[in-house]
Amino acid sequence: MKITVKLFATFRAGRFDIETRDYPTGTKVGQVVKQLDLPTEKLGILMINSRHVDLERRLEDGDTLAIFPLVGGG
Amino acid sequence: MDKIVRIDMGAEGGPKVSFEPVGEYAGLGGRAVTSLIISKEVNPLCHPLGDENKLVIAPGMLSGTSGAMSGRLSVGCKSPLTGTIKESNAGGQAAQVLARIGYAAIILEGKPKGDDLYKIIVTPDDVKVEIDNSLKMLNNYPLIEKLRAQYGDKVAYMSIGSAGERLMLASSIACTDPELRPTRHCGRGGVGAVMGSKRVKAIILDDAGRKQRAPKNPDAFRDANRIFVEGLRKHPVTGEGLPAYGTNVLTNVLNEAGGYPTRNFTSGVFEGGAKLSGESLAEMETRRGGKATHGCHRGCVIQCSGIFNDKDGNYLTKQPEYETVWAHGGHCGIDDLDTVAKLDYMDDNFGLDTIEMGVTIGIAMQAGLAEFGDSEGAIRLLEEVGKGTPLGRTLGSGAGITGKVFGVEKVPVVKNQAIPAYDPRPIQGIGVTYATTTMGADHTAGYAIATNILKVGGDVDPLKTEGQIELSRNLQIATAAIDSTGMCLFIAFAILDQPETFQAYIDMLNAFYGTELTADDVVELGKKVLTAERDFNKRAGFTSADDRLPRYFYTDPIAPHNQTFSMSDEELDGVYNW
Repeated sequence: MKITVKLFATFRAGRFDIETRDYPTGTKVGQVVKQLDLPTEKLGILMINSRHVDLERRLEDGDTLAIFPLVGGG
Repeated sequence: MDKIVRIDMGAEGGPKVSFEPVGEYAGLGGRAVTSLIISKEVNPLCHPLGDENKLVIAPGMLSGTSGAMSGRLSVGCKSPLTGTIKESNAGGQAAQVLARIGYAAIILEGKPKGDDLYKIIVTPDDVKVEIDNSLKMLNNYPLIEKLRAQYGDKVAYMSIGSAGERLMLASSIACTDPELRPTRHCGRGGVGAVMGSKRVKAIILDDAGRKQRAPKNPDAFRDANRIFVEGLRKHPVTGEGLPAYGTNVLTNVLNEAGGYPTRNFTSGVFEGGAKLSGESLAEMETRRGGKATHGCHRGCVIQCSGIFNDKDGNYLTKQPEYETVWAHGGHCGIDDLDTVAKLDYMDDNFGLDTIEMGVTIGIAMQAGLAEFGDSEGAIRLLEEVGKGTPLGRTLGSGAGITGKVFGVEKVPVVKNQAIPAYDPRPIQGIGVTYATTTMGADHTAGYAIATNILKVGGDVDPLKTEGQIELSRNLQIATAAIDSTGMCLFIAFAILDQPETFQAYIDMLNAFYGTELTADDVVELGKKVLTAERDFNKRAGFTSADDRLPRYFYTDPIAPHNQTFSMSDEELDGVYNW
């Protein structure tokens, strides 16, 4: 299935900003995070199609997954 | 900080300076001092630009010490924009210098009868109030250049630009940063107009010969400060994200979450968001020889600001904040950082709140004065404000008045102050804060974004109503307390997540003052401040009917979540039940 993965802030370094990637049916968010070698202790926000999700969420074909490190401002 | 200096600008025979002991305000700082003095001394029914209003300037409890992050300044008055009590807060050098000189507060009261313009020079030996009509209608950058030629670079300056002199409701008070740039503003609520109404153009703070304030228990203070700084450096938000990308790292976050108010709050996603993002801004600043990391005051270890150079590599402005980039950017359909930076510079120079002005320009676009996305149109409209034309004065009166003048129905204001960069429909918690804070719409008053969106300090679903009242209440109390200590609010990201950093913060206060405050005492201080502010507003005529969002937020859903603001009136009325 095709998943659009967006990375932000420090997670972009050495990786990418946005890519559409192929994943096997049933892939969980946590598996994408692991495959991209993202440091879990720095994980902040995970969103699929503008909604917050956790690492156990299963992706569906056509989803957009946004992965942010812990960030803040205001 | 054992004295208060009171300056009666309207005294017979010219301004009169008097000194008094700090008295009942001993051991307090920042917002606690400004709000308690305003609540006690100012008639809530007074005209904000009349001689009964007062402007109170107060450093924080730990300002002027070697404690990190202690350089926030509070300015308080009755707001000409909202009619409520107001505390407007800025970084820059002013708080540190004022605290070292030794004043817990400067109180400006009365107003002179004539047309003369004044400057106030505060030194450890004296406070002088002098007429200087050569400063009339100077904007902040040329004004500070002129003052530096006389008073030098080892002082801090507070000033108003032409907008404050013209008594515009969106006008700010500028504080200089460590490089003497007038870039750090007490922005919200028209505090510049109150200073202007008292005919005070600039305050020069000179702490020559003074050292850092000494703690009661120096060893304990040093140790607590070390643990506090370690905690800030260790936390990913304060140690990594904010230094590298600044507050504008939020553009992508809010846009992804569908909570980025676009083209006057008609969509929650802006297609040009990536071009405005903190990632793009930091890259551009570095490429042009500016800086992506910069502190607004000495002693800041987070360094969330930066320096923005123009295309030719020349300094244009400081790194615009997220809310500025949103107000002048996505809210107006503009996706060009050079335009945003130019507008940020113009706001700082004229002395205007970037949030109020950006929102106002978006309302002017809604009214047809320019097209959404028209960068040149936005600059042209802001130039009118700088010239003080009738159109410029209208825009300089803020979003609420501009909407009324041009017949715009849907204007995002609470208590006549513009709603900032987070849509309250997909983020219910921040809507509770906008509706109920004593300040008029203000994200900083109870930053529910942390918990609703960023998942710092807990996790409350932004799309649901459950838990939002308690969240906003607790954040409003904590914020009032932090604003009173004079700490930068961004320490909250680390102290909410790391108990040892929170304890170090309490330990710093205790080591400095020789007190035995607990976390509960700090909470009580926050409640005391909010209670005084709320009481002032009640006496000024505000009721629960004012603690609401504009009606359209309850009736018009917004994409992509297609949700309205769903908090009931009864729930909102319960925020202050503690």
